[in-house]
Amino acid sequence: MSTVIEAVAVSRAVGQPLDRIDGHAKVTGAARYAADAPIAAPLHAAIVQSTIPCGRIAAIDESAARNLAGVVEVLTYRNAPRVPVLSFDFTTPVTEELAPLQSDAIAYDGQHVAVVIAETFEAARAGATLLRIGYERREAEVSLDTARTIEHPEQWFGDDAQPRRGDPERAYNAAAVRVDATYTTPEETHNPLEPSVTVAEWRDGELTVYDATQWVRGTRAVLAKSFELDEEKVRVISPFLGGGFGCKGFFWPHPLIAAMAAKVTNRPVKLVLTREQMFTSCGYRSETRQRVRIGASREGRLQAILHDVLAESSRVGMFVESAGAVTTMLYDVSNIAVTHRIARLDVPTPTAMRAPGKAPGTYALGSALDELAYACGLDPLDVLRRNDAAVDRSSGLPFSSKQLLACYERGAEAFGWSARPKAPRAWREGGELVGWGVATATYPALRSPAQARVTLSTDGLVDVASATHDLGTGMYTILAQIAADELGVDPRAIRVRIGDSSFPVAPVAGGSMSSASVGPAVQDAARRAYHEAVAIATSSGESALHGLPERDVEARDGALRSKADPSRAVTYADLVRLGGSGAIEALGSAAPGDEDERLSFYSFGAQFVEVRFDEELARLRVSRALGVFDCGRILNPKTARSQMIGGIVWGIGMAMLEETVRDPRYGAVVTNNLADYHVPVNADVPDIDVLFVEEPDLAFNSLGARGVGEIGITGVAAAIANAVYHATGVRVRDLPIVPEKLLGAGPAAG
Amino acid sequence: MRAFEYVVAASSAAARTLAREVDGARFYAGGTTLVDLMKADVERPRRVIDISRLPLAAIEQRGDVVRIGALARNSDVAYDARIVLHFPAVSEALLSGASGQIRNAATIGGNLLQRTRCSYFRETRWRCNKREPGSGCDALDGFNRGHAVLGTSDSCIASYPGDLAVALCALSARVVVEGNDGERTIALDDLYVLPGEHPERETTLGPGELITAVELRAERLHERSHYLKIRDRASFEFALVSVACAVELDGKNIAQARLALGGVGTVPWRAREAEAALTGAPPGEAAFRRAAETALTGARTRAHNAYKVELAQRAIVRALRSVCGTGA
Ligand SMILES: Cc1cc2nc3c(=O)[nH]c(=O)nc-3n(C[C@H](O)[C@H](O)[C@H](O)COP(=O)(O)OP(=O)(O)OC[C@H]3O[C@@H](n4cnc5c(N)ncnc54)[C@H](O)[C@@H]3O)c2cc1C
Ligand code: SF4
Repeated sequence: MSTVIEAVAVSRAVGQPLDRIDGHAKVTGAARYAADAPIAAPLHAAIVQSTIPCGRIAAIDESAARNLAGVVEVLTYRNAPRVPVLSFDFTTPVTEELAPLQSDAIAYDGQHVAVVIAETFEAARAGATLLRIGYERREAEVSLDTARTIEHPEQWFGDDAQPRRGDPERAYNAAAVRVDATYTTPEETHNPLEPSVTVAEWRDGELTVYDATQWVRGTRAVLAKSFELDEEKVRVISPFLGGGFGCKGFFWPHPLIAAMAAKVTNRPVKLVLTREQMFTSCGYRSETRQRVRIGASREGRLQAILHDVLAESSRVGMFVESAGAVTTMLYDVSNIAVTHRIARLDVPTPTAMRAPGKAPGTYALGSALDELAYACGLDPLDVLRRNDAAVDRSSGLPFSSKQLLACYERGAEAFGWSARPKAPRAWREGGELVGWGVATATYPALRSPAQARVTLSTDGLVDVASATHDLGTGMYTILAQIAADELGVDPRAIRVRIGDSSFPVAPVAGGSMSSASVGPAVQDAARRAYHEAVAIATSSGESALHGLPERDVEARDGALRSKADPSRAVTYADLVRLGGSGAIEALGSAAPGDEDERLSFYSFGAQFVEVRFDEELARLRVSRALGVFDCGRILNPKTARSQMIGGIVWGIGMAMLEETVRDPRYGAVVTNNLADYHVPVNADVPDIDVLFVEEPDLAFNSLGARGVGEIGITGVAAAIANAVYHATGVRVRDLPIVPEKLLGAGPAAG
Repeated sequence: MRAFEYVVAASSAAARTLAREVDGARFYAGGTTLVDLMKADVERPRRVIDISRLPLAAIEQRGDVVRIGALARNSDVAYDARIVLHFPAVSEALLSGASGQIRNAATIGGNLLQRTRCSYFRETRWRCNKREPGSGCDALDGFNRGHAVLGTSDSCIASYPGDLAVALCALSARVVVEGNDGERTIALDDLYVLPGEHPERETTLGPGELITAVELRAERLHERSHYLKIRDRASFEFALVSVACAVELDGKNIAQARLALGGVGTVPWRAREAEAALTGAPPGEAAFRRAAETALTGARTRAHNAYKVELAQRAIVRALRSVCGTGA
C-alpha cells in the first residue's frame, strides 16, 4: 500500500547534472511567483514617485485621483499609518533610514511619495497619473564630479575599507615600471525580468506578505518592527523569483507601503513596481572612479598597488561599492594601499548588484595588470601567473583551497592562448581586427548559519523545508540532490519547499552563500532523519531489518536495506508507519566555526575572451568567451554552468552596453526602460564555454562547495577591455565600450 | 494609461468619421507604438479606433508599381518575394527593426508614424516641446546621445527612429492617403515635417486622415539597394545611424544614386546633394567619401551626439561600397 519511490541508478545525486526539479512548473506556468499569490480579488496599488532630487512636498491635490471611478484610497505622508524609522543591521536590513510616506521631505528623485489604491490595476495606474504634487526644490548634488560631502568609511561589512600594508608610495615611486590609470564604470541597474512585487493581506492582526524577495526572514523582521508585531505574526512568502541579482536582497520600502495600504483599506493589496520604478526603488550599482597605480619590476613582478575608489551613496543610506576589496588578496604584492571614498549625493541608495565591488574592481585591476604586461613587453597571462599569491597576503592565512594556476593553465590550453600574437592590432580576419584578453575572477566564499527540516511521511514523501530562496539559480534542485544522497532516494522524488519565513531559518540569498550555508543544514537534517529511520528499522519487530546493527544498514534505491542482502529492505513510508508518530521529522543545522581564523576562503577563476572589431563601423562583438572556475565541489554541473554563463553574459553587458544615465540637472534616470538601458540580447552572446577545476573544499563545509552565483561576472569586463586593446590598440578605461569610444581606432572617412 | 473609448471601424470612411468626431482620437493598427505611449501617459486618446480589421493588408503588383497595404504586417512585407527581389533595402530595413514579435504585430502605416524615442518625450515629467508645445526641450542640454544632427531646430532635436521609412525614402516611395478631400498620393518625403518651431507637428496628415498604402516602383535602380544599420547591440535596438542606398551603374560610372539616412535626422533624411555628387562618378572610395561628406554638411551636434557625423559618413561609404560591389 505504500508509495514506492522509484529506484534509479544514480549512485550519488550530488555532482550530477540534474535538470531543475522546478523546471516543469516554471515552463508550464504552474510556479507561482509573488504576483500570482493565491489571494482572491486584491486591491491594486500604484506608487507615485518624487520628481525632484531634494526638497519637500509643498502641495498635494488628490481630488482628481480620488474622483476617478475605482479609486479606493490615496495614501501620502499626510494620512499614511505612522511607522518608525529603522536603522540597518543584520536583523533589520533596511537600506535607507527613511520610512516611506512619513514626512514631506524628499531625499532623492524617485522616492515614493504616494500610493493610489484602486479596485483594478488600470484604475490605480490612471489614478496615479492624476495625482498633482507640488514641490519646493532645494539645490541638490547628484554627480560625483561636483560632490562636496565625501566620507572615508573605516569598515564595510566587517572588512577594513582603507587597508594598507608595507610602504606602497615608496615602493611605487621606486619601481622600474609604473602604471597609473583611472577607470570609470557607470551606474548599472539589476533589471531582473520580474519586477519587485508585494501582495499583502492582514487577517486578525496578522500580516501575510507574498513578496519577490531574496530574504524572507529579513523582510519579516522589518515588517514586524515597523508594525510593532511579534515576528510570528508576520509571514513572508517568496517561493520563486524571476531573478534578483541583489535588488531584492535588502529591504526596500515598497513592501511596507503595500502592507500599509492593506491595513488602511482592510483588503488584500497587490503592488507591482513598474519597470521605470525599478530604476529608483531597489538600488543600483554605484558609479565608480578608480585610480590604480601599479609599480613592478621589468619582469612584471608586482611591488606596489595603490587602488583609490570613489563611489556614491545617498544621504539616507550607506552602501560602499567596495571595488578595492579583493585587491589586497588577489596577487602576491607586499606594498598595498586601498582607499574607498563615498560621495553622499541626493540620489537613491545604491546596493549590492551581482558581485558588488568585485565586478567593477576586477575590471580596473584586471585592466591595469594588462597595461603593465604591455609596459613590460610580457604576455598578460604570464603577468597574472607570475604574481599568483600562494597565501592570502591581506591576512597572511593560507587559502583553504586555491586552484587559480590550474584555471589559467586549463583555460590557456582550451582557448588556444599560445597562438596569440603578442602585439596589438596585429591580427585581422575577414576584414575585422581580432583580439584576445584574459583576466582573473574571484569571489569570497561566504557562509552563514542555517537550518532545514526534513520530514518523511507515511505516503513515502520526503519533504525538505528551509527559509532559503531560489532566484532561478537551482537551489530547489541541489537541496533535493543533497537530501537524496543522505536518504538513498531519487532526488526527483523529493519535495523541496523554500521561500517561506515560517520555515527553518536561512540567510539572505546573497553573497553567493546559499548553497554553502543551507546545503550543509539540509545534509544534517537528512542525516538525522536517516538515523531516526534506521533506529526504527533495526528496533521494530515488524521491520525486515529488525535486529541488524546500524552499521549493516544502508539507504539505497528509496529504502533502507541490509548491506549483506539488499532484498531485505523497508521503505521509508513503512518505517514512518512503524514509528507510529505519523512522520519522521528532523531539524538540521549548520554554521561556520572558527575556521576563518586559520584559513582564507575564496573562489577563483580565469576569464578568456575573443573580440572582433569592424574598425570602419566601430562595431565590436564578443565572438568567444571561456571561463574556468575553482569553486570547490560542483553540486550540479548543469545549474552551476548556467550560473557562470549568466555571469559572463552580464559581464558582456557591463563591458559594452549597460549604463544607467542620470541627468545631472535633475538627478533623475533618463535610461529607465529596457529600450534605453541595453542588456545583451541573444545576438550579442557568443559561444560561451565554462570549465570547472573541481577540488572539494572540505575545510569550508561538509559538502566541500563554495558558491557559484556571482564569480561568473568578475573579470569579464577586464578580459573584454583587454581583448579590445589587443585587437585595436585602443585602451578604453571608461565603461561601457560603445561605438563612439572606438571611432578613433579606425580610419577617418573624411 | 487613462480610460478611453474603444471602437472598431467598419470601413475606412467610418474610421475617418469616427476620428473627426472627437479631439484626440487615434487609430489603432498594430498598437505597438500607440499602446506603449498610452502606458507612458504620453498619448492620451479619448477614442481609440481599431482599424486593424480593415481590408488594407494586401501587397499587390500592377505593372511596375508594387502597392503595400497600410495594414500589411512588417514581417509579411519583409519576406514577400516581390519586396525581396525588387526592393532589398526595404526588406533589410524591416528585418533590422524591433524584434520578431513586434514585427509580427506592427503594420506598415503604423511603422511610418512611429514616434521619436527621445527619452524626454517619452516621460511626462520632462520638458518637451513636442509633447507639450512651448514647455521647452530638456534634450538640448540633456542626454542626447541618440538625437539628430540634421534637420534640428532650437525647439527640438529628436531623431526620427524608424528604419522602414529611411529605405522607402531612398527608393522614392509614395504614400497613399485617404484624406478629408478624397484620396491623394504624396512623396514619402512630403509626409514628414521638420520640427522648426512646431515639433508637435510631425506629418502633413490632417485630423482623421488615413494612410491606406505605400507604393514603390520596381526598377533596376531599386534592385541594387541596401540598408545598413549601426547600433550598440547586435539586435533589438533603434539605429544610432543607418543608411539606405541604391545605385545604378552604366558600364564604368554611377548612372543614378539614391541615399537616405536614419538615426541622424529629425525626419527620414534624403541626401539629394550627395546623390548628385555620385551621379556620373566612377564608383570608388573617392566618390563615396565625397558623397559622405556632402550628406553630413550642415550637421549640428550637441554634447553627446557628435560621433554620429563621423559614424554616418563611414556607414555611407560602407553601404555604397557594398551596393556597388567594389569590395573592401
Ligand atoms: C520595443 C520596440 C522596439 C522597436 N524597435 C524598432 C526598430 O528597431 N526600428 C523601427 O523602425 N521600429 C522599431 N519599433 C517601432 C515599431 O516598428 C512600431 O511601433 C510599429 O511599426 C508601429 O506599427 P503599429 O501598426 O503597431 O502602429 P500603431 O501603434 O498601431 O500606430 C502608430 C501610430 O500611427 C497611427 N496609425 C497607424 N496606422 C495608421 C494609418 N493607416 N493611417 C493613419 N494613422 C495610422 C496610430 O494612430 C498611431 O498614432 C520598435 C517598437 C518597440 C515597441
Ligand atoms: S528633442 Fe524634441 S522630443 Fe525630445 S525633449 Fe526636445 S522637444 Fe521633446
